[in-house]
Amino acid sequence: MPSTIVVRRYLKPPLFLLCLLPFLWVAVRVFEIGGTSLGANPVEAVQDTFGQWGLRLLVITLAMTPLRDWFNAPWLIQLRRMLGLFGFFYVLLHFLTWLLLDQGLYWPGILVDIGKRPFITIGFAALLMLIPLAVTSTNGMMRRLGKRWKSLHRLVYVIVPLGVWHYYWQVKADVREPLIYLTIVVVLLGWRLWKRMPARNTAGWAAARDRIKQ
Amino acid sequence: MLIRRKQPGDCAHVQPSEITPEGVYLNRRLLLQAALAAGATGLGAAAWPTASQAKVSDLSFKRNQRFSTTQTPNSYEDITTYNNFYEFGTGKGDPVANSGRFQPEPWTVTISGEAEVKGKFALEDILKPHALEERVYRMRCVEAWSMVIPWVGVPLAEVVKRCKPTSKAKYVAFKTVLRPAEMPGQRYPVLEWPYVEGLRMDEAMHPLALLAVGLYGKSLPNQNGAPLRLVTPWKYGFKGIKSIVEIRFTEREPPTSWNIAAPHEYGFYANVNPQVDHPRWSQARERHIGAGLFNSRVPTQMFNGYEKEIGDLYRGMDLRKNF
Repeated sequence: MPSTIVVRRYLKPPLFLLCLLPFLWVAVRVFEIGGTSLGANPVEAVQDTFGQWGLRLLVITLAMTPLRDWFNAPWLIQLRRMLGLFGFFYVLLHFLTWLLLDQGLYWPGILVDIGKRPFITIGFAALLMLIPLAVTSTNGMMRRLGKRWKSLHRLVYVIVPLGVWHYYWQVKADVREPLIYLTIVVVLLGWRLWKRMPARNTAGWAAARDRIKQ
Repeated sequence: MLIRRKQPGDCAHVQPSEITPEGVYLNRRLLLQAALAAGATGLGAAAWPTASQAKVSDLSFKRNQRFSTTQTPNSYEDITTYNNFYEFGTGKGDPVANSGRFQPEPWTVTISGEAEVKGKFALEDILKPHALEERVYRMRCVEAWSMVIPWVGVPLAEVVKRCKPTSKAKYVAFKTVLRPAEMPGQRYPVLEWPYVEGLRMDEAMHPLALLAVGLYGKSLPNQNGAPLRLVTPWKYGFKGIKSIVEIRFTEREPPTSWNIAAPHEYGFYANVNPQVDHPRWSQARERHIGAGLFNSRVPTQMFNGYEKEIGDLYRGMDLRKNF
């Protein structure tokens, strides 16, 4: 098992660069470096790339706890904050792309869409809920909030399903990809529920075993 | 290149894609497709006929000015690489990537239903008596993006007349070919296959309705609906059924694919209407393909700007109910 220092020095920097790749890939295509391009509908390409990676990174963030449990790898939790913050970064860029490039700050359209288009409403709600999580992600905030920090950050259990729903509702007919996300999220959240079930509670198990022995 | 806003003074209408010599970008696409094919099936697969563009041939035609917009057409590259043609996959780039194996020649079209002239006809025989015309039409997708496309084709009305529909013929139904072996998208039930569409008889007889066989002066590439497709520019793009194998005259309103898939979202008429939103998104404004990264949406026009020509068709109809 890698030590805290190893994680900090040797795992986090490459992970940071890895998480930055989707952003760099968009930048490369914006400037058409090396004959690349964003294609016929560049705004859609940028918006979709950011949205997809926002959702992917939030799902990966959600996977850290189950993966730690399954593979007995507690060090994974040290990567969780960076993954979550990058998820927020891409979701924010996805939103800003919509606001600035797609809508061009056309407020009548923006406000009506947020209010009237359910898939935009839930996407926007998910973004709003991510803000307090990002703001309270620092060590200082964790200390200050104490026990409440954990309760607050359970919001992510609502945010990620909303993100999947937002994607599912936006798709015209081919829902295969949103359903893959849904399956993964159901497993990741289902695992947490399963862990909390009384029968799985180790103390409960021990008590039951003792009773049988007697 | 994308970042620079177009200034009124510079050669604003010339797009980079138009400057690129055709041979160069066709070659580039050939290489890309070969690479994609090789990537998908291993080495050696590059030998299969992947480049649908290679098969397009020049057409002789006359521009129909009356029915052509003066707007600048989108580049050939945009029109042939950004497509909705679910038979080849649901991504915009799937049709160009996956349509290389499709064989649009030879092609026969079945005429059936309430008409005097019925049977199977070679496409050449259907087209032969008619002069091909070029029409530069606006195209508005139900997904709220738009293009300007120089189609080549024959007026649908002329073909319909030659079929001599009977008095019972109130609608014209169209069917796309069913070839899952050549159309990988048909192997998944994303929609009910084969794709079907339909028009009311007066819509089909309207001079704007076009049976297209080409674009940019060349025969249709596979990804754009080779060898024969419908173009109804006042309606959302999905009404423009592609790779047509059957034209059927019916007394009753025929079923249409997107209406079957989601009846509350896609109606039979599917007329472009900025006032009637899709249940999930606004139809008031559209993104024009080719406008680049820093130009936002523009307002959508009633009947996609063809109100003057076709407004009478729907007089007295509630367009909210008949969406």
